[in-house]
Amino acid sequence: MAGRLAMDVSVAVAEAVRLANADVIAAYPITPQTRIVERLAELVANGQLDADYIPVESEHSAMSSSIGAAAAGARTFTATSSQGLALMNEMVYVAPGLRVPIVMVVANRAISAPIALGNDHSDIMSVRDSGWLSFFAENGQEALDLTLAAFRIAEDPEVSLPVCLSLDGFILTHITEPVLMPDQTEVDRFLPPFKPSVQLDIKDPISMGLWAPPDVYAEARKAMALALFSAKKTVVKAFDEFNRIFGRRYRPVETYRQEDAETVIISMGSISETAMTAVDEMRDLGHKVGLVRLRLWRPFPEEELLAALAGAKNVAVVDRHLILGCGSGPVGLEVKSLVCNSGLRPNITNFFLGLGGRDVTRANFKYIRERAAGVRNQLRAEFVGVYE
Amino acid sequence: MRAFEAPFERVTNRNFPKGPEVLAPGHGACQGCGEALALRLVLKALGTEFIAVSATGCMEVCTSRFPNTSWQMPWIHVAFENAAAVASGVEAATRVLKRKGRGHDQRIPVVALAGDGGTADIGLQALSGALERFHENFVYVCLDNEAYMNTGFQRSSATPFRASTTTSPVGACSKGQHTWKKNMPAIAAAHGIPYVATASPAFHLDLMNKIRRAAAVEGPAYVHVFSPCPTGWLMKPELAVESARLAVSSRIFPLYEVLDGSYRINRPAPNPTPLADYFRAQGRYRHLTEDDVAFIARRVNSDYERLVDLAERRPVS
Amino acid sequence: MTKPAVEAIAKVGDLPLGFIGRPKRSRAAKTGDWRSVRPVLDRARCNYCGFCYFYCPDGVFQDMGEEKYYQADLDYCKGCGICAHECPKKAIAMIQEEV
Repeated sequence: MAGRLAMDVSVAVAEAVRLANADVIAAYPITPQTRIVERLAELVANGQLDADYIPVESEHSAMSSSIGAAAAGARTFTATSSQGLALMNEMVYVAPGLRVPIVMVVANRAISAPIALGNDHSDIMSVRDSGWLSFFAENGQEALDLTLAAFRIAEDPEVSLPVCLSLDGFILTHITEPVLMPDQTEVDRFLPPFKPSVQLDIKDPISMGLWAPPDVYAEARKAMALALFSAKKTVVKAFDEFNRIFGRRYRPVETYRQEDAETVIISMGSISETAMTAVDEMRDLGHKVGLVRLRLWRPFPEEELLAALAGAKNVAVVDRHLILGCGSGPVGLEVKSLVCNSGLRPNITNFFLGLGGRDVTRANFKYIRERAAGVRNQLRAEFVGVYE
Repeated sequence: MRAFEAPFERVTNRNFPKGPEVLAPGHGACQGCGEALALRLVLKALGTEFIAVSATGCMEVCTSRFPNTSWQMPWIHVAFENAAAVASGVEAATRVLKRKGRGHDQRIPVVALAGDGGTADIGLQALSGALERFHENFVYVCLDNEAYMNTGFQRSSATPFRASTTTSPVGACSKGQHTWKKNMPAIAAAHGIPYVATASPAFHLDLMNKIRRAAAVEGPAYVHVFSPCPTGWLMKPELAVESARLAVSSRIFPLYEVLDGSYRINRPAPNPTPLADYFRAQGRYRHLTEDDVAFIARRVNSDYERLVDLAERRPVS
Repeated sequence: MTKPAVEAIAKVGDLPLGFIGRPKRSRAAKTGDWRSVRPVLDRARCNYCGFCYFYCPDGVFQDMGEEKYYQADLDYCKGCGICAHECPKKAIAMIQEEV
């Protein structure tokens, strides 16, 4: 199965895991992640993927089993959403500390309460500080490609960290799109067999998960911080190699008509396609507006983002998660913190958009551009499209 | 293959594995720690060609202060409640890697180790999941010292009736723990796994052979090991082994096995030693009256009779 | 710069990937200094049954083979007294350590 095919984006991700020849999949069903793991169970059941599918009894155990499997040297995949990611949170923090290169796809869904099924980024932001590399995909092709790239980046001996990939729930996971399915020989060239940097091996025993007293904890945490920052060069290297083999170019930060833009909108994930259409329409009306999309969220792509914002007078940051009790969303906070000591002096505004599955429209972006060009000294981020 | 036919080399006093300690000296367990002794015997029975997974707890923290480790085999600790889930992942990985030609060409037992809190309370869900999924090379060992000793002797669901702990203290309105000890081996057996056993460090060969059998059976095995805690039980450290022996002879912790659903009592106690002899050395039971002891003895005897009944009706053959 | 309150046991750059430990470090911590009493064996009484060895929580006894007794490694013995209590021949005495 290779070439140009129409398929559900969830299925495309599962096919990428098959092409990566994953060894262990540990997962627990949760809407809207289910289609990914159902397809993986099917591939294993049909003998199309030689892996062990562990039908764990909770997401906490999904991540625990994934940690165990990766520590024992298996190429390991899991996927979850929303409350499931919240339940596995304790284990999410352990994986990077043990340096186990798990790949996790998160079908982004709003967090309770109130309970909701719709898409936003409130689930994945709980992973923000944990030490995982974190990517956001915009479309089906990117979801497939980044799943493959995630294994290569995670397992690179220079990195040896877990990687998560966000797909907007329903609005990306449940869409049928045409994708270019790579063939196995190409994938094998891109993704070498997994050679673990740390491994539980009876012939060379190590102890993992040791206790760090105060005389070494801070050093251990700083080592993790440095490892995550330096992982960015491996990301860029892997993207270059991906382009060489597959002819598709990815960067940590993408820009769209931003070169001469007075107002730059920053977004993540699948709403960026809507944003690009809106940018085109606004350009037709003579507005100098552009888009910057963060594909890489952790480590935060500082240099790339500053370069993309260099000429902007107004920066409008879209957030899809509330930090309750704080005036900014996580992306807004991050951009303000980065820009304030950079020498750049754009007017930064922050907007909450598309919470809990609320549709994100071109009109929303037109409104955001107007506000970004008009509002000064915004203290708290503005809710867009919320009835008061 | 039936559990009682699983091939393993029996440990005897003659062929006892007297090589280097696989739980190396230098760990920080308390003086006279019955759990450290139990763990040492468990690991000695297994050697080094297996993978150990520890839950957070006394045995984890006292053996793993960076950069030191007491563990001579590959070992991983992840958290408190998930030793069974981590071990599930390790077990799956070792089997898949062997199948795909990237692992070692041998069966690698994966042994999860947890205390009573990590098993009967916070880890019960993960354990139940792992037993139900029927992992092929999976052994779970509960080292039961009957309370949360690592955090300072708080009660767990495995704390026995009337024992005083820091969260089931004796007071004007309390005679200590007011619930009966959760029957973990019965819960494990209810999963229909091939092998369940109770063991005691006072019966070291019995314990080690049960561990070897657990590692040899195809499918999950559960071994519940009595682990006296002199510090938490308010007992002289030199009495750790003796208290473990009295627990068996008084019937409060009987030694038995469940092989493919059939029962066998390993150290029958047709004429039990007085429970008072077992309680006497332990400060956690200091407040008990004769009536209290008699009340507990009725329950202990009835539980024991039920085991005898099971062993008679469903004998291992 | 003032001296840090805690002296680090390893620098950031020296830490092993994944904060792992290796068995060769296992005997680094000597627990013998916990001890207030030490086991002393009366070899005349010893019948070489091995109970002291089997029941030691710290695994400090070594089988002396031909000499037919078990020797405690005082670098690690914490002085719990299980060996003396379990000895069927009462061949081990726990003797007060001198300070």
